[in-house]
Amino acid sequence: MSTEVKEVLKQVGGPRSSELDAPLSSKRMLVNLGPSHPAMHGTARAVVELEGENIASCKLDIGFLHRGFEKSCESVTWTQVFPYTDRLNYVSSIMNNVGFALAVEKLCKLEVPERAQYLRTITSEIHRICDHLTLVGALGLELGAMTVFLYAIEGRDLLWDRLTELCGARLTSNYARIGGVSRDVPEGWIEKTETTLDRVVLLRDEIDGLLARNRIFYDRTRGVGTVSRADAIDLGFTGPCLRASGEAYDLRKAAPYLVYDRLDFDIPVGSNGDTYDRYLIRIEEMKQSDKMLRQCFRDMAPGELVVRDFRYVLPPKPEVYGTIEGVMAHFKLIMEGIQVPAGEVYGYTEAANGELGFYLVSDGSGRPYKIGLRAPGWPMLAALPIILHGALLSDLVPVFDSINMIGGEVEQ
Amino acid sequence: MAYQLDNRPLDLRERFYFPEVIRGIGTLAGHFLRNLFFSRDANPDILARPRGLGYSDNVTLQYPEEKAPYPPGYRGLHRLVPREDGSPRCVACYMCATACPAQCIYIEAAEVPGDPIEKYPAKFVIDELRCVVCGFCVEACPKDAIRMDTGEHAPPSLERVHQLLDEKALLRGPAVSYLSDPWLRRPAPSIPAEALAAMTASARPYPDASDEYAQTPGFSVKALAAEARERAERAGTP
Repeated sequence: MSTEVKEVLKQVGGPRSSELDAPLSSKRMLVNLGPSHPAMHGTARAVVELEGENIASCKLDIGFLHRGFEKSCESVTWTQVFPYTDRLNYVSSIMNNVGFALAVEKLCKLEVPERAQYLRTITSEIHRICDHLTLVGALGLELGAMTVFLYAIEGRDLLWDRLTELCGARLTSNYARIGGVSRDVPEGWIEKTETTLDRVVLLRDEIDGLLARNRIFYDRTRGVGTVSRADAIDLGFTGPCLRASGEAYDLRKAAPYLVYDRLDFDIPVGSNGDTYDRYLIRIEEMKQSDKMLRQCFRDMAPGELVVRDFRYVLPPKPEVYGTIEGVMAHFKLIMEGIQVPAGEVYGYTEAANGELGFYLVSDGSGRPYKIGLRAPGWPMLAALPIILHGALLSDLVPVFDSINMIGGEVEQ
Repeated sequence: MAYQLDNRPLDLRERFYFPEVIRGIGTLAGHFLRNLFFSRDANPDILARPRGLGYSDNVTLQYPEEKAPYPPGYRGLHRLVPREDGSPRCVACYMCATACPAQCIYIEAAEVPGDPIEKYPAKFVIDELRCVVCGFCVEACPKDAIRMDTGEHAPPSLERVHQLLDEKALLRGPAVSYLSDPWLRRPAPSIPAEALAAMTASARPYPDASDEYAQTPGFSVKALAAEARERAERAGTP
């Protein structure tokens, strides 16, 4: 403070200079982000306490999308749960279908035909690409790169068009069934999908070229939202977020299911565990999924789509229309549901965001006694206040995006 | 095996900011110029639109004017499949209402006058607002009486009540008859003799490959049709 100012202050009887130089104890500001904020993915609210521009504490308020998934499942037959699982992670619905089907089949000790396993793998990997494209595009969008989002959505829509041809719906696919899958690939679908994948590769490389070495993107994501390897394990991370922190754990390698043990693919692993690594890991996983899909298309042989066991699978329509055995099996299966043997089981698959687990309890009747869901996005979302402690407010949105919280599965 | 991500720090050129910005603008300008000088292809099949030099990158459809047709097998709006005489194939067995996870189907059964066996749906109402479009009703139908092959989605309406489709609104589309239909195999008093003869003439042995919606989950329509043809040839019936 200049001596003249001090003189003036002395004359007017203002505060002493020591008072002026003391740090101001500012009030903390409370900011509500969401629930319906364009930058919040899904419908979630973050109550952020700000110390200047830094986040002093962050409280997450979820449940706006709560539908009572676990409880609803108890009042429907095992087959009728599939439409509910579609709506868990609505960006990659078939992965939830497959995860649930695998858990029930584990309880029934059913061996699914090989072609059905290949089809489940193919649709899961296509949906993994869709999920990662959405995340990468949205991450760019949040940092001001609108173009990237449009390219990503173009790729995702092309893949969804192929899935529409396969399962009859864009979003709520309802594709898997207990004992197999519902439909075979239409004529020329594989060639068309390969062309689509070529187009998606172009778009993905274009997105990567625009973002990865761009200094704006790099500075906004490198070192932001860092989670160390030990923290990631303690917090229960799985999937891309765990691998970005440096732990090479992937259920497709650690406990192979479907045909993953026959496919040649690698797991990308990060080292920093920041938003940039989480971005890079998604790009690499899309490359691996692409590789896997082409192998599946090459190796897949014609064959049965479901087990021919009418305790689990509806008999083919000509038998229902023409024979009494077919009609009886059909009516019993629809009215009483699949008689899953009593017992409990935990089925786990590697969904796009991490480990998707279904804990099933059956009492031997046609309906689930209890279903527990381990939503992949939940541990990451729960860790968000810890990750964000001390970060800038402007970093909240990209970090929130990079953990890929999907309201449908987190809030069940 | 696991491999490390390529997360090297930015080098001097990348930190210099402008070279990378110019490279990015180059990518975008390529798209921009193509879209500026070449017109949009209106093919609704986006994948079939030519790409590259000399073609627009635009992948949009001008929606209400241009519509992409839904692929065969798309789960669209329900319909009740009619028989050739215009009555529904539905025998009011309640299978679809049982299989529906959203409980959006309401049926009231009635006896066909003058026929000791046949039932028909006096009321068949689907609440399209409750429907989750899972297709279980189609799979559950033992008579191929309900399908979702209309190729259209539920139309918008200003009133909720307009989304309650009753049997009159649902009964439409091409008629279907199978040789295995019970009303063709025995003389059904409710159907006039000449109509019955016409229906028997047009009845098909089994769904052919174009009937995506006559399929059971997990079975290929084509394979089933071929299997049925073989069995019919072996049995010596047409």
